[in-house]
Parts: sequence; structure tokens; C-alpha cells
Amino acid sequence: MSWRPSAGIRNWLVQRLSAIYITLFLIVFGFKAIGVWGGEPVSYEVWRAWVSHPVTNIALILFIFALLLHAWVGIRDVIMDYVKSVPLRYIMLISFGLSFISMALWTLRTLLLVTPI
Amino acid sequence: MSLTENRPVFLNLFRIRQPVSAVVSILHRISGILMVLALPGLIYLLQTSLSSPEGFSQVVALLDGQIARLFAVLMIWMLAHHLFAGIRFLILDFDVGLTKSVSSKTAWFVHVCAAVVAAIAAWALLFSGASL
Repeated sequence: MSWRPSAGIRNWLVQRLSAIYITLFLIVFGFKAIGVWGGEPVSYEVWRAWVSHPVTNIALILFIFALLLHAWVGIRDVIMDYVKSVPLRYIMLISFGLSFISMALWTLRTLLLVTPI
Repeated sequence: MSLTENRPVFLNLFRIRQPVSAVVSILHRISGILMVLALPGLIYLLQTSLSSPEGFSQVVALLDGQIARLFAVLMIWMLAHHLFAGIRFLILDFDVGLTKSVSSKTAWFVHVCAAVVAAIAAWALLFSGASL
């Protein structure tokens, strides 16, 4: 007997936990953005200072990771439900998987390189 | 054999009247796929907005356009629908609201809440002149 949860349970859990983080992030940062900026036009300096702040920066990176994990479980379910041809299914899973990994690295690179002016 | 082979199959999805919970389910999937497809574009906007003052003003100008506003309202509607439907699925996972009558009421509630959010977004972005 393995102590590890089965793949199905693990995906179910990843899907729900990432959904909760995405929702909390959108609520907290959405309201903060409205409260801090209050509909005023945001300058480049303010935007960059905000994104480069350690708390925001790490929360944003975690957000993108949660988003991509959530998207991966979701798109995987959809592909496995509707794409009957096995070769096509694998081609699509590999394409989406690689593009999600690329997007994770792309965002990580973008966000980690941001410094306050 | 011929009896089973010649059975009429009625699977024209456009002519079957779907229960409202099925509509919530399929919209959850469609909105999820469309938001995934929008991701590279959004990451590109994030990168450009942080790259230089020029890049930032390009992104601001782009987001200020009518097409981007329309696009943003659609995205907000999809996100709201996906979120409310997701919360409904999470509650269903805990065996709450599984009966037919309750489940179709909560399904309607998802549609209505998402439509209200979309209407507020449309009002704010398309008619009141607020910028993104």
C-alpha cells in the first residue's frame, strides 16, 4: 500500500487548492489595487515599484504557478474527455504541457528581473 | 445484431434541451479553455508593461482602446462565470445541493451572478469611461 494519494485525488486537490489561492489573490490584490490607486492613472514608476515589492513579487509568482497548475489539470481533463485519438491526445498534452512550462519560466524571468527604479 | 445497429441515435447537441446545470458545466469548460488561450497574450502585456516607460505607455494605450475594453468585459464575464461555477462544484463535491431541484436553482444562481458581474464591468468599462 502506498501512502501517496492516487493521481486522481492529487489532481482533484491541486485543482481545488490552486483555485482557492487564485481567488484569494484576485480578491486581495484586486481590492488593494482599487483602494490604493482608486481609478487614478497609474504611472510606470508606481507600477514597477508595486510589482518589484517582495511581497507582491512573490505573491504574483505563486499566482502564475497556481494559475498554470490549475490550467494544466483543467486542460488535461478536457483533452482526455474529448480527444479520442491516442496520438493526437498525446501531441496535444505534450504541446500544452511544454507551453505551460515555458509560460511559467517566462513569467518567472519577467517578474524576478523587475527592480524598483 | 441489426436490431442494435439500427437503433436511432439522437445526439444532436443543438437540438437536445440541456438542463441548466449542463449549461453551467459546459460554460465552465469553454471559459476555462478561452482563458488559457488568453494567457500568453496577458503575460506578454505584463512583460511589455514592465520593460520600459515606452512599453508601459504602449500597454496603457492598447488597454484604453474600445476593442480591448470589449475583450476585458468578456474576460471578466468568463472569469466570474468560471469562479461562481467552480464554487458551486466545490460545494457539490461536499455532497451539498445534489438534488435536482436545488442543483438547478444553484445553476441559475451561477448564471445570474456572472451576468451581474459582467453587466457591472460593461457599465464601468464601456459606458462610464473608466480606464482599466
